[in-house]
Amino acid sequence: MSAHADTHAHDDDHGHHHKETFVTKYIFSQDHKMIAKQYLITGTIMGVIGVLMSMMFRMQIAWPEEPNVLFEALLGKWAPDGVMDADIYLALVTIHGTIMVFFVLTAGLSGTFSNLLIPLQIGARDMASGFLNMVSYWLFFLSSIIMVISLFVEAGPAAAGWTIYPPLSALPMAQGGSGMGMTLWLVSMAIFIASSLLGSLNYVVTVINLRTKGMSMTRLPLTIWAFFVTAVIGVVSFPVLLSAALLLIMDRSFGTSFFLSDIFIQGEVLHYQGGSPVLFEHLFWFLGHPEVYIVILPAMGLVSEIMASNSRKPIFGYRAMITSILAIAFLSTIVWGHHMFISGMNPFLGSVFTFTTLLIAIPSAVKAFNWITTLWKGNLQMNPAMLFSIGFVSTFITGGLTGIILGDSALDINVHDTYFVVAHFHLVMGISALYGMFAGIYHWYPKMFGRMLNKNLGYIHFWITAICAYGVFFPMHFIGMAGLPRRYYTNSNFPLFDDLANVNVIITIFALVGGVVQLIYLYNFFSSIFYGKEATQNPWKATTLEWTTPVEHIHGNWPGDIPHVYRWAYDYSNPQHDVDFVPQNVPLKDGEKELHH
Amino acid sequence: MSTAVANTGTEGKAWDGGNEPLKASYGKMMMWFFIVSDALTFSGFLAAYGFSRFKFIDAWPIADEVFTHVPFFHGNYPMIYVAFMTFVLIMSSVTMVLAVDAGHHLNKSKVTIYMFLTIIGGIIFVGSQAWEWGTFIKGDFGAVQTKGGNILQFVDTEGNRVALRDFVVADAHAERTQHESKNGLWFIDEGALSSYTVAEVLHGLKSHENVLVRTQIINEEGEKTVLSRVESLKQIKENARLVVEGANLQVNEYGSPLFADFFFFITGFHGFHVFSGIVINIIIFFNVIVGTYERRKSYEMVEKVGLYWHFVDLVWVFVFTFFYLV
Repeated sequence: MSAHADTHAHDDDHGHHHKETFVTKYIFSQDHKMIAKQYLITGTIMGVIGVLMSMMFRMQIAWPEEPNVLFEALLGKWAPDGVMDADIYLALVTIHGTIMVFFVLTAGLSGTFSNLLIPLQIGARDMASGFLNMVSYWLFFLSSIIMVISLFVEAGPAAAGWTIYPPLSALPMAQGGSGMGMTLWLVSMAIFIASSLLGSLNYVVTVINLRTKGMSMTRLPLTIWAFFVTAVIGVVSFPVLLSAALLLIMDRSFGTSFFLSDIFIQGEVLHYQGGSPVLFEHLFWFLGHPEVYIVILPAMGLVSEIMASNSRKPIFGYRAMITSILAIAFLSTIVWGHHMFISGMNPFLGSVFTFTTLLIAIPSAVKAFNWITTLWKGNLQMNPAMLFSIGFVSTFITGGLTGIILGDSALDINVHDTYFVVAHFHLVMGISALYGMFAGIYHWYPKMFGRMLNKNLGYIHFWITAICAYGVFFPMHFIGMAGLPRRYYTNSNFPLFDDLANVNVIITIFALVGGVVQLIYLYNFFSSIFYGKEATQNPWKATTLEWTTPVEHIHGNWPGDIPHVYRWAYDYSNPQHDVDFVPQNVPLKDGEKELHH
Repeated sequence: MSTAVANTGTEGKAWDGGNEPLKASYGKMMMWFFIVSDALTFSGFLAAYGFSRFKFIDAWPIADEVFTHVPFFHGNYPMIYVAFMTFVLIMSSVTMVLAVDAGHHLNKSKVTIYMFLTIIGGIIFVGSQAWEWGTFIKGDFGAVQTKGGNILQFVDTEGNRVALRDFVVADAHAERTQHESKNGLWFIDEGALSSYTVAEVLHGLKSHENVLVRTQIINEEGEKTVLSRVESLKQIKENARLVVEGANLQVNEYGSPLFADFFFFITGFHGFHVFSGIVINIIIFFNVIVGTYERRKSYEMVEKVGLYWHFVDLVWVFVFTFFYLV
């Protein structure tokens, strides 16, 4: 194993460029910057699929059982004469959730920005193991392909919800989507977990081991802290999902009874006895809850960095930010029961989970207030990245407040599995994390592609998206409180919901507009790769190390020695300097004191 | 003050950045984090096991009655063989430590010997586990499963277990039509056919006055409840559904099928880890022999696989405790 040699041990061999073929440069690349772009583009494609699905089932909810040309074109036999089949509705909801949570907001977000920023911001030539990093991406690619293939199997894709509770997921004969579709789902997720594990190991070890001289843990940009803690949560929680998935596979294919008991199908008694579906819920949510922090923490890191830079002010409460990230990470592992308040859980245990859940409000509020105080009296640069960051804080607060309601078992029981829950988690982790991702893309696009995104298209993209996001999810709280259950493909059989039909139409219109407006972003993204304005080295006048690298990507990131670090990442408007930002690699002046942070 | 000599202000701190701030190579650290991750997978399984076992706390099979065999010996030796297996595995950890230590001293011949012993220890363990599985699958006394899925076993009046073969006589089975996939439209795998039918067991029980039925319910003395003669006959007559011999993923003559499910799955998953460990050890062993690490002047690879091997041993300590001891 000569792996030592290829990254950091030999600072002197970066000068000569290795001969690279198309394949090693663009496909099986071991360069973290290329892998980041691969993650982003794969994530974008998966995102388009996921959003398209949500637009389809929103149309079904608004105009139930009405023929729709789009359904007929896209769903084929699942929409005879253009009327959507109930089975495919469930499948669309399931795959939409899976794709958005795992493929877009986990791999697409964390994979892109951890890969891009960790080596660049800590001052490393590449990830600890470029090879494992490449394997991680290609496993992710493979799992994406399998998930997409599962859409085309005869009996339909998995349809047990993204949480795949047994028995729907455990009995291959339970429903159409429980057969081959479910099997492919599990295979895809098992590969995804392997990919996530390899990626996370790399991120964690790189942050610990490969920081440049002077880059102590308390000088790291908050992005790196967020990615680091995210990766640790991934290492700790994904394996438990793996346990659950393996036990589920045993139940499905080898006749064990881990999650099954006393089941009849069509009058026939199955042999399963003794198992418990609630066990699966415990195992699943032990991952499932930390997973939402895997999604949101990187977005928080990106937003902190962008806000400080665009307010031309140090981030407010740097150490409080780090502490709250760590607190959130720790608390995230002891709150999973709040997803299971109505599973027959002992009310006392429910109150314990209520307590731990409400504790999360404290570090979350610390972060929210720190962002607002970072903005306070700042010299705000309202570029699209900054707008999306502010949008992030907005949706995070709106969605977070309903989290306090849902975390309380006494209140949750009333709105469990209604659109209230859907509204809550879409705002607090879905839309927020997407905003964080967009903010990151607008901010670091020049670093990724050497060109700038079009600002005006960015403004249009932000404002329409922001209006539509609230237009979709704000009314959802009300129909949820009115009792409308999620995952029903039509509510026309329940007269008590008739009054809500118009609200659903409004939501759907916002959803359609919000979905279509992403085309502007896609156009901006792909056309700017070739025609965008050429970027300067440090377009945002930021302090972190990635802006000290040349615009052109080179192997090893810095043409000369790796810069040393002399100060923290947020020396904006430092009164001891005349310029409003001091990059981390600038030594302290004679007599200058490092700011206390 | 030039950049090259400027003080970064973090000198002497453990986390100050620079090359390898924690004085551990990235490979070793990755192995540690991998172990954390794998430990969580096993925790998931063991937690699931605990969850299910507590659900049947008053009817769980007693391990001392299940694992009583030692190869080449007849008789009742509870836990003896698994103790031997555990001892071998722990000794292989000791030899692994010695190999790592010899590696620190760049002593190639000693590393070779100790790696070899470690591999032998691993192979003995996996082989023993295969034998243990075989015994468990075969079963020994046989039992009857009720309609509700409970297991009824048989004892004599002194409480000693009685095997089905000792009191049940198999009638010559009536000619059975064997459906095969080529001639049966609705061919479903039938599974292993037990040696006796329920009717034969009932007949055997009737004709042996001193045989009683023992249920899986554990009484206050911590023993399984034995029914009276009348109650025994009634249970078999009214509730018996299936004759069970041995254990597999669907039935288990020792009690709850979940016991067998978890036993096979968790020891299997652990055995798979031991097996991969052996394969990795063999690869490293050959690298040691051809002198790869001698040339590199570092036996760190031995240390890394050592970490993995110790982890696998540690997991066994937990599996052993939860399945065999408590």
